[in-house]
Amino acid sequence: MIINDKKLPDLPPPTSTSGPIGWLRNNLFDTPLNSILTLVIGYLLVTNLVPLIQWAFIDADWIGDSRDACTSGGACWVFVSVRLNQFLYGFYPESEYWRINTLFVLLGLLLAGMIYEKTPKRGWIALFTLVVFPVIAYFMLHGGSFGLPVVETHKWGGLTLTLVLALVGIVASLPIGVMLALGRRSHMPIVRSFCTIFIEVWRGVPLITILFMASVMLPLFAPEEIDLDKLVRALIGITLFQSAYMAEVIRAGLQAIPKGQYEAADAMGLSYWKKMGLIILPQALKIVIPGIVNTFIALFKDTSLVLIIGLFDLLAIVQSALADPKWLGYSTEGYVFVAFVFWVFCFAMSRYSQYLERKLHTGHGARQ
Amino acid sequence: MKKIASVAALSAIAVGMSTAAQAEGTLDAVKDKGFVQCGVSTGLPGFSNPDEKGNWQGMDVDVCRAIAAAVLGDASKVKYIPLTAKERFTALQSGEIDVLSRNTTWTQTRDTTLGLNFAGVNYYDGQGFLVSKNLGVKSAKELDGAAVCIQSGTTTELNLSDYFKLNNMQFDPIVFDTSDQTVKGFEAGRCDVLTSDQSQLYALRIKLADPSSAMVLPEVISKEPLGPVVRQGDDQWFNIVKWSLNAMINAEELGLSSANVDSMKESSDNPSIKRLIGLEGPKGEGLGLADDWGYQIVKQVGNYGEVFERNVGAGSPLGIERGINALWNQGGFLYAPPMR
Amino acid sequence: MPTDVNKGVAPSSKPKFWNDPDKRAMLFQVLMILAIVGFFYYVINNALTNLDNRGITTGFGFLSQAAGFDILLTLVPFDSSYSFGRTFIVGLLNTLLVSFLGIILATLLGFVMGVARLSHNWLVAKVAAVYIETFRNIPLLLQIFFWYVAVLQTLPSPRQSIELGAGSFLNIRGLYIPSPVFESGFSAVVIALVATIIGIVFLVRWNHKRQDATGKYFPVGWASLALLIVVPGLVFLLAGSPLSWDYPELRGFNFRGGTTIIPELIALLLALTIYTGTFIAETVRAGILAVSHGQTEAAHALGLSNSRTLRLVVIPQAMRVIIPPLTSQHLNLIKNSSLATAIGYPDLVSVFMGTTLNQTGQAIEIIFMTMAVYLTINLLVSLFMNWYNKRVALVER
Repeated sequence: MIINDKKLPDLPPPTSTSGPIGWLRNNLFDTPLNSILTLVIGYLLVTNLVPLIQWAFIDADWIGDSRDACTSGGACWVFVSVRLNQFLYGFYPESEYWRINTLFVLLGLLLAGMIYEKTPKRGWIALFTLVVFPVIAYFMLHGGSFGLPVVETHKWGGLTLTLVLALVGIVASLPIGVMLALGRRSHMPIVRSFCTIFIEVWRGVPLITILFMASVMLPLFAPEEIDLDKLVRALIGITLFQSAYMAEVIRAGLQAIPKGQYEAADAMGLSYWKKMGLIILPQALKIVIPGIVNTFIALFKDTSLVLIIGLFDLLAIVQSALADPKWLGYSTEGYVFVAFVFWVFCFAMSRYSQYLERKLHTGHGARQ
Repeated sequence: MKKIASVAALSAIAVGMSTAAQAEGTLDAVKDKGFVQCGVSTGLPGFSNPDEKGNWQGMDVDVCRAIAAAVLGDASKVKYIPLTAKERFTALQSGEIDVLSRNTTWTQTRDTTLGLNFAGVNYYDGQGFLVSKNLGVKSAKELDGAAVCIQSGTTTELNLSDYFKLNNMQFDPIVFDTSDQTVKGFEAGRCDVLTSDQSQLYALRIKLADPSSAMVLPEVISKEPLGPVVRQGDDQWFNIVKWSLNAMINAEELGLSSANVDSMKESSDNPSIKRLIGLEGPKGEGLGLADDWGYQIVKQVGNYGEVFERNVGAGSPLGIERGINALWNQGGFLYAPPMR
Repeated sequence: MPTDVNKGVAPSSKPKFWNDPDKRAMLFQVLMILAIVGFFYYVINNALTNLDNRGITTGFGFLSQAAGFDILLTLVPFDSSYSFGRTFIVGLLNTLLVSFLGIILATLLGFVMGVARLSHNWLVAKVAAVYIETFRNIPLLLQIFFWYVAVLQTLPSPRQSIELGAGSFLNIRGLYIPSPVFESGFSAVVIALVATIIGIVFLVRWNHKRQDATGKYFPVGWASLALLIVVPGLVFLLAGSPLSWDYPELRGFNFRGGTTIIPELIALLLALTIYTGTFIAETVRAGILAVSHGQTEAAHALGLSNSRTLRLVVIPQAMRVIIPPLTSQHLNLIKNSSLATAIGYPDLVSVFMGTTLNQTGQAIEIIFMTMAVYLTINLLVSLFMNWYNKRVALVER
């Protein structure tokens, strides 16, 4: 008889439940239905992805300066690389590209400063970005002073224009949105109903009709002697539209602030504007940053609609390049390029917003 | 009390004067700005199209340049505003542009209810059809049941309905926003026929991957007199645009071109030429322009014939013949009133 | 400054009126009304002066003039002799058509993908996640262009049409399917159908009451389905099959007859469905995650089967979370359908705010009419959804 007092060493789990095989069993083939699904989807993926990768990378042509370079049968990225400058800068004069580059480097630095949490004085950087930077950007892009030659707005285009539209839309709509949100929560019935109607009307109509209105009707509404630039009119339309959405985001933040905060501010005898400016808004705006980023993503994608009123944003400029007789038949490459650019921006921003949401979630419990 | 009254009266006058200044004519506004704002198409080869460097070229563009040369003495002082067919009239009505020179057809409705004035005709056109050669169609009468690509917001859309109805034929209208899209639709096979003004058909054909695969049918189904448009209610500006165009046509009739205008100015004894150049006759006063306005147009832009050849004629990829756009004494329709 | 504090100290001296919050609010609102009225007066005055100075005619008289152009897809009879007012109806119906189909398809796709993203199957979950993260972050307009080009490039010319059987054909000009032709006796079938639906409503109510009272469950879903097929079917046969089909056939350039689903509609639907589907999928996922696992376990413990757990416990609770954001996605889809104009699908924006605006030049009237339509649709859908939301909302006792 063998007696063993000592505990036997633990055996490793059977290979069928751990390791790659176990993982496969648990995650891909745990029921017959799942096995079938896995096989079908796997088959579809392989049959579709392989030719796609082949087309986009392996067979693709990358260098050259005319369509003659595209001989291998894959994607012709030459089309994009030849026109890359136009896609990025529009019809901006080549000698002035440095102005756009400088601006975006500056913007990048400012954004990096705001996102990185250990930067000192992040609040001031944010304020600078929202208030001073747009002024600098205007003088840099448009020129006309400080010895910079004027570049007319109808020469702006491509990714630059897309970013200008989206950034101006978000920065200009922020203060209007705050006022509308406060107005909608006001106790004064007329103020409240005006703000509610304003918000609901702009949220109820498609952006394209607003852009049309801005481009066609705004000049009729303005006095005769005022001559609004086409870009300015589009910006007015986008800002009105965006401020309605912004107001709703900020209102959610205002509602999420516990009532005690309002009451405490009242008890301190603060006036309405001091209460809002010093107590409520700083907290509310902080909570709604993910929401603001989300509306920014939506706006960023929506800026592509300006092509319908004849502004040459990134999508429009690629679209017009596709009509060039020298480059007929490369629609897919053009669209894939635009899609990729938009996707990179939007995906990065949505990841950032999700990260913020998770981070804030632990704190206030503001969002369900 | 008197003092107050006089101050009030003075300020009233000042206010009145300032509003008068605001309601100044287009000519003064253009002179103040230093450039002519000219509405053109978003890109139509031969008429208004930016080249690779972004410089605008074409028949319609040259009308704008002629106006700038007449008014400001410099044909390059033009700001081009590209407009879609939809935007063009509102852009003019709202004052965003001073003149619309964008292959626009002169019709009664446009002339009378939109608050616009057509200043003349710089190209006599007519609507035609572009078909793929392998369709085997020889006449527009054989197009029953065809799908037709067409640009939205044009007179062609109306003519097309009229024509098919008149001939008891059916069709599917495929309506796009821009002419580029119509070409792409045609190229992809979405439609059998592309319809537009004939001049445009030639221009659009060179945008096809294989231009020789398509042909323009012989039928012309409409009258399309194309010309520059201005706002109603500013007769001075209307006259300037009208006579800038007339000067180009008269210059061709007189044999005056950008090449010989300087020597003619020195040596010609022809009183008509002298009047056009501004040495004699009505000169620029009635128009509110400098006396040499006609000279500037011919010198900087050229006569009508030069403009035609350079942009759409034999000297261009379009290769359109003069046809009805020849001078009246050479079998065409072009007939400008005399300058005297 | 803090009036409320002072009130107690010196009740005799009335506060200055600008220190009284009520009066101040009143004053502020009066000023605001004045500002708004002034603003509108200014704008309208400007517009009238401008229109007058430029000799532009105004008014809605243009709506009764003959349109003079044709439209590719019309759900009501239309040709160039109908009025501009009719183009409004045609465009509106086309907008409603694409919105209606889009909402159904996007909701279906969204639910499938939302559930798939929570699947235990790693591959299924990943595919759903990649789908959502890709298509959500690409502008809709670009997707519409892309699908339009893709649809046009893959489909053959009319003479090489793909035959789908049952008299249907697919080519670059669209999907051609036979259309039903209703003959005289068909109204009886419609009446039978309506009667059956009313009957089913009563059946469901009766079943609910009985279940509440006795706990017995009657498979009402299958029963209704059977009723829905059998009753109108019988009437149809009794009336002597009063229905024939109009088959499309190739005549000249294109197919004629039957019903055509134009490629613009296909491309637009694809883009709207795929784009909106991503947002609905996220909504659905959030809704399902919001139902705590305890609910499922409790339902299982009560002996409910998997399907009934899902149907009676999980989905009703998840719907409460899903409905409000789902509504706003539906509204977004309706608004986004206006991008149809980019590829020439004849919706309201393309037909009415495009061609009609151009032929008449009545910008202000037409743009306001178009905006009013979208606002009205939005309001109606929101009202309906609010009503529905109240019905399913948690009743706290």
